[in-house]
Amino acid sequence: MQLLVNYEETAAIILFCIGFSTMMLHKNLIKKIIGMDMMDAAIFLFLASQGYIEGRKAPIVAGGVQSVEAYINPIPAGLVLTGIVVSVSVTALMLALAVRLYYRYHTLNLDEIIALAGKEEV
Amino acid sequence: MLFVQNFPFMTILLTLICAVVTSVLSGRNARRLTIMMLSVVTVMTAAVMVYTLSTGDSYVYMMGHFPAPWGNEIRVGVLETTMMMVFCVVILFSFLGGMLPSIREIERSKYNIYCILVDLLFLALQALVYTNDLFTAYVFIEINTLAAAGLVMMRQKGRNLVAGVRYMIMNLLGSSLFLFGIVLLYSITGHLLMENIRESVAVLVETGEYKVPLTIVVALITVGLALKSALYPFEKWLPGAYSNATPSVAAMLSSLVSKGYIFLLIKVYVRVIGFDVICSMGVLDVLFIFGLMGMIMGSVSAVRAKTTRMMVAYSSVAQIGYIFTALGLRSEIGIVCALWHMAAHAATKSMLFISCAEMDDACGGTHLRKNLRGAFYHSPLLALAFSLGAINLTGIPLLSVFMTKVTLVQAAIDVGGRHMGLVLGTVAISTLLNAVYFLGTAVNLFTPTKEGDEVLPPTVRKNRYTVVGLIGLIALNLVMGVLSQPILTALAEGLTRFA
Amino acid sequence: MKSKMMNKLSEWLTDEASALEREMEASQERAADEDEAALTPAEIRWAQEEKEEEERIARRLNEWTDETGTKISRTLYSILCLVICLTLIVLLLYTVTELPSFGSPDHPINNEVSARYIEKGLQETGAVNIVTGMILDYRAFDTLGESSVLFTAAMVVLFLLRKDKESHKYSPLAKVMHDNPHSDTYYEPKNDIILQKTAFVLVPIVLLTGVYVVLNGHLSPGGGFSGGAIMGAGLILYVIAFGFAKMRRFFTYKTYQFVVLIALLTYACSKCYSFFTGANHIPSVIPLGTPGAILSSGLILVLNICVGFVVTCTMYCFYAVFRKGEL
Repeated sequence: MQLLVNYEETAAIILFCIGFSTMMLHKNLIKKIIGMDMMDAAIFLFLASQGYIEGRKAPIVAGGVQSVEAYINPIPAGLVLTGIVVSVSVTALMLALAVRLYYRYHTLNLDEIIALAGKEEV
Repeated sequence: MLFVQNFPFMTILLTLICAVVTSVLSGRNARRLTIMMLSVVTVMTAAVMVYTLSTGDSYVYMMGHFPAPWGNEIRVGVLETTMMMVFCVVILFSFLGGMLPSIREIERSKYNIYCILVDLLFLALQALVYTNDLFTAYVFIEINTLAAAGLVMMRQKGRNLVAGVRYMIMNLLGSSLFLFGIVLLYSITGHLLMENIRESVAVLVETGEYKVPLTIVVALITVGLALKSALYPFEKWLPGAYSNATPSVAAMLSSLVSKGYIFLLIKVYVRVIGFDVICSMGVLDVLFIFGLMGMIMGSVSAVRAKTTRMMVAYSSVAQIGYIFTALGLRSEIGIVCALWHMAAHAATKSMLFISCAEMDDACGGTHLRKNLRGAFYHSPLLALAFSLGAINLTGIPLLSVFMTKVTLVQAAIDVGGRHMGLVLGTVAISTLLNAVYFLGTAVNLFTPTKEGDEVLPPTVRKNRYTVVGLIGLIALNLVMGVLSQPILTALAEGLTRFA
Repeated sequence: MKSKMMNKLSEWLTDEASALEREMEASQERAADEDEAALTPAEIRWAQEEKEEEERIARRLNEWTDETGTKISRTLYSILCLVICLTLIVLLLYTVTELPSFGSPDHPINNEVSARYIEKGLQETGAVNIVTGMILDYRAFDTLGESSVLFTAAMVVLFLLRKDKESHKYSPLAKVMHDNPHSDTYYEPKNDIILQKTAFVLVPIVLLTGVYVVLNGHLSPGGGFSGGAIMGAGLILYVIAFGFAKMRRFFTYKTYQFVVLIALLTYACSKCYSFFTGANHIPSVIPLGTPGAILSSGLILVLNICVGFVVTCTMYCFYAVFRKGEL
């Protein structure tokens, strides 16, 4: 029953797979973007849960205490910070692209968009 | 520390600073600055390459005040600098060669964004080649993806936007899988720096701990990077992106972006996990099979393609297949062959894309293959460059791709067994198919037009940038053909020190 | 000799550049009346034949795909996706069972790396917030890359959505905005008194919170990215309440370009300095200050401020180009 002990990781994996299937199965561009964001968020949840150590505090030096036993691991937190910014940038770009595609083809269904674009001249 | 050892770090920062400065420049100045920056970086990379070749050794360069497992660092060796040198020359001459079409096709007031994205693409490529840290690699992979997607969409036609969105979706899926791979790897080894992961993995393999997670990590990273470099079953996004983008972008994407990912994959295999561990996992067999399938299917699609650019784009799928097949052979010489083919293909494919796009324009702009008849008689340089690329990719002795095929066959014979038969058969079929579409098109270029042929009147544009770019790329190809043996030796030497 | 050659080369390339400019202008004009461009008879015949052939193929394909093809391939694709997803979930869950327990201290990642960050981070970086010290000093190259990602995305979004003089020739979106300047996307608020009064109180508070979070990035949770996002939200609230006309009095596209340029250049140059001195083992001359004071931890404060500016401007820029196509 390690799955229940590692409940954060389990949740992260399930979220990742929901995001994955959303991205693969939905034709709607916005839903694809949501799926992609879910995948990223799931990875960050997984990473953040790795750094947690029970009973310890956030890694901000307080009262001059600098022993390893006092704080949780700071590395995953830093990596998540970096990752979030990357994910935000990617989302902004995809949404901008969705806006442009919608104004050109008046639909967000990717299959239809591809079919319509195929009929355009080179 | 010698001053020349600072150059890789300086080129990375110089590229970034140029990208930032370009954001306030006009299109014309942006172009000038980018050309200048690319030339300076090429010269500096050449200096580092000479230095590493003369010492034959590699060194690590701390990015900050803290040593290995605490700070970031980059690693510079023979392998990195040699590959980087080829990439630098290719990107410089691709940028020059596709200058005129890019000016014609890109919105004028946004031309500087094109230059910025080229700079950022180059920045990401350098960081990917030099980095010694997996998380840094992830961050720069994302820069590479975003910049490349932006470049694909530069023409702003409907097809470009669609190609851009397909490119983004496939590539983001790849990045997510790659990120999950490195996060899992981090949580079982506790390190992000390549050397330290290597040590931890060696311990894990010995004790037999985390056996399944390690296999899953390798699978995730491999699938992620294979998605991004368009290995055969994942190649659907590639033809649209390459054939609709402006020519210099197509050249950069096909010759640099996908190669950067494969170089990173080789780095992960050799430097992070250890090649003997990888060989015991069976991932390479999958790559081998898909590589072989890519060689055939890419060529078949290329034969059926109607437009020249589509043909060249599909031939990229076949060439990626060569690289992964060589990688899948489980031998050192296979990796050397993959590395060599990355360089050779980068030099050749960029030349093909630029010359064929300009020829399409000169021949009435219909992009159809049959329409190129007699192109040699009105644009001789373009036709010569295209035919050189074509006969090179078909595999004529004395040229670079011939050496790939020889090395690949040699490696397969060393491995023996089923691998040997499969490789020999597929290389033969693929060469035949290559000859059909490439030589067919090349011969067509030299066939004079007769009366009554339905050929559009040529519109030849005089343009020195294309001349400079193409002559540079032709020279690079010829040099690589002549110097193939020494470069292969250097790559093999570099690989032994790589691990 | 050499200089002569260089001169000649530069002359040649300048020539070329001006020729290219002319070409560019000509092509811009051409783009305007592309439809009326004269076609030769051969060209027309070509186009027609191609079109007919393509239509024939498309018809055949459509007939087939409409009936069975789409359904079959769609179902196959869905099944394949589901299978892949289920395999993935089983494999990854199995991996989770092998990982160490959640919250346990003997996890592989709690090794000498994190130990040094915690034990010596304060002395080596001067930052009380260990995470900030780690991302802006120990692993600064990553964070430089991260800012570049944001910059890349901002550039691509600006490229896609920003309306320029000639954008309506390239993008239907820009054309819609060009043709109907008073449509919904161009909406400026009327005298919405509740919103404006609320914003009048809230905007300064939001901006001040953002400034606080940025400046205390090395002392408490926060930093350039979070503070920048808060300040960006403040700007967005201002523009929703008071409209773009008022916003433009102090924030235009030029301001955006200028701020991002200066901030990123400062960032890159200060990193240049610290990477160069670090790798060449030259001690840095920047004092770390007293831990806990606002003016401490060397370059981290400067970097946080730079990142804060970039993120503020980028957030606002995203909002403005999405809403209206210009800043």
